[in-house]
Amino acid sequence: MSVVTAPAPVKDSKPLLSKKDRKLVTDPLSDSNPITIQVLGICSALAVTTQMKPTLVMAISVTAVVVFSNMLISMIRNLIPSRIRIIVQLAIVSLLVILVDEILKAFVYDVSKQLSVFVGLIITNCIVMGRLEAFAMGNKPGPSMLDGLGNSAGYAWVILAVSFIRELFGSGKLFGFRVIPEAWYAPEIGYVNNGLMMIPAGALFIVATIIWIQRSINNYTEEA
Amino acid sequence: MLNSNTYVFGFAFAVTVLVALMLSGAATVLKPFQEQNFLKEKQENILSVVGKVAPEDYKKFDQYIKSVVIDEQGNEVENVKAFDINLAYDKKLKSKNPSHKLRYPLYIFEEGGKKTYILQLAGVGLWGPVWGYLALDEDGNTVKKAVFDHKGETPGLGAEINTDGFEGQFANRKILDESGSFVSVQVTKEAKADDDPHKVDAISGGTITSTGVSNMLREDIQFYLTYINKSKKV
Repeated sequence: MSVVTAPAPVKDSKPLLSKKDRKLVTDPLSDSNPITIQVLGICSALAVTTQMKPTLVMAISVTAVVVFSNMLISMIRNLIPSRIRIIVQLAIVSLLVILVDEILKAFVYDVSKQLSVFVGLIITNCIVMGRLEAFAMGNKPGPSMLDGLGNSAGYAWVILAVSFIRELFGSGKLFGFRVIPEAWYAPEIGYVNNGLMMIPAGALFIVATIIWIQRSINNYTEEA
Repeated sequence: MLNSNTYVFGFAFAVTVLVALMLSGAATVLKPFQEQNFLKEKQENILSVVGKVAPEDYKKFDQYIKSVVIDEQGNEVENVKAFDINLAYDKKLKSKNPSHKLRYPLYIFEEGGKKTYILQLAGVGLWGPVWGYLALDEDGNTVKKAVFDHKGETPGLGAEINTDGFEGQFANRKILDESGSFVSVQVTKEAKADDDPHKVDAISGGTITSTGVSNMLREDIQFYLTYINKSKKV
């Protein structure tokens, strides 16, 4: 599997990321991957992954939302009254999601139409609120942003891998470009696209397979 | 302090106001870009029903398409731009207030001395608005092509109205019966819709969307007929 390399943060005061900081980014790529280990955000992993282009836009959108909501919540974490913290988190997340949606509508309208309701549904993506509750509420903005980056990269590589397989076998293309030659579809060769890949059930099999492979490599077992 | 009611209300209020300000700011700044996209999409839809789908065709929109606005009596309305008409909104006003005057935009495409009328359609599906464009031959009877779209119909069910499988059925359907009276094209579950020039197959599991499309076709095509019949006689 391709490993998404995280760009080195510019804002950090230290010249290099400390070991702890680096772990924040690399852990969610495999050992605590939000999809394969924590099984969060599965709904959108099934819904938006028929083609790579919308999947990439979705991955970038989720990254923007997770990183900035982590940062904002972490900045005001000591001001938020605990009784209304969930609704405050939701307000911030909704703000970012609507901003992302509006920006997509303004600059990549065709992709925004393909993603339709799923951009709006980032609000309900468990990864976002999961990271706010588990990390941003108790840590400084810098590490919170790194944590957000790591988790969304962990999400991104899984959905990109799923969409790679789905678009390749479902429509013979990658990023909309034909990969499997037209000629193969001729009756003499008889190649056909796999219709299962185009429906969510197909994604379910792929996600399950990725989870299986990942967990065998990591020797992960569910706690009893 | 952090848990006093005053603080909680104050904090909630401040967050709400800040979020609202940022969102309205962003909406205002991005609106011109979004409207450009909506206009482009509209023009591409209009061109697509007359088979002009190449990217360079879109740039020649004004050369291909002449637009007029017509009123309920089938007369052309002066000084109103076809693109300024919000048909869905006007129809909503009309349903609340029957005296509200509807005006419809009509796009006319001419090639090789033959006209094609492009009718704009607006209706409601299950979850929200559905709309479409229908290309009608010069004879005012034969449908050349139709495209549909929707705001938020159920994917896989009602949302299928914008697929080729559904839209493709409309080619060569007739809106008038043999005696020349208006019957529209009905979206129906009846079997053998293929043999009937006034019927197309509805979408399984998308009954309310299909009915919405059917009603939209009946209401809106009828409106245009007065004008089209008038210009036929001239």
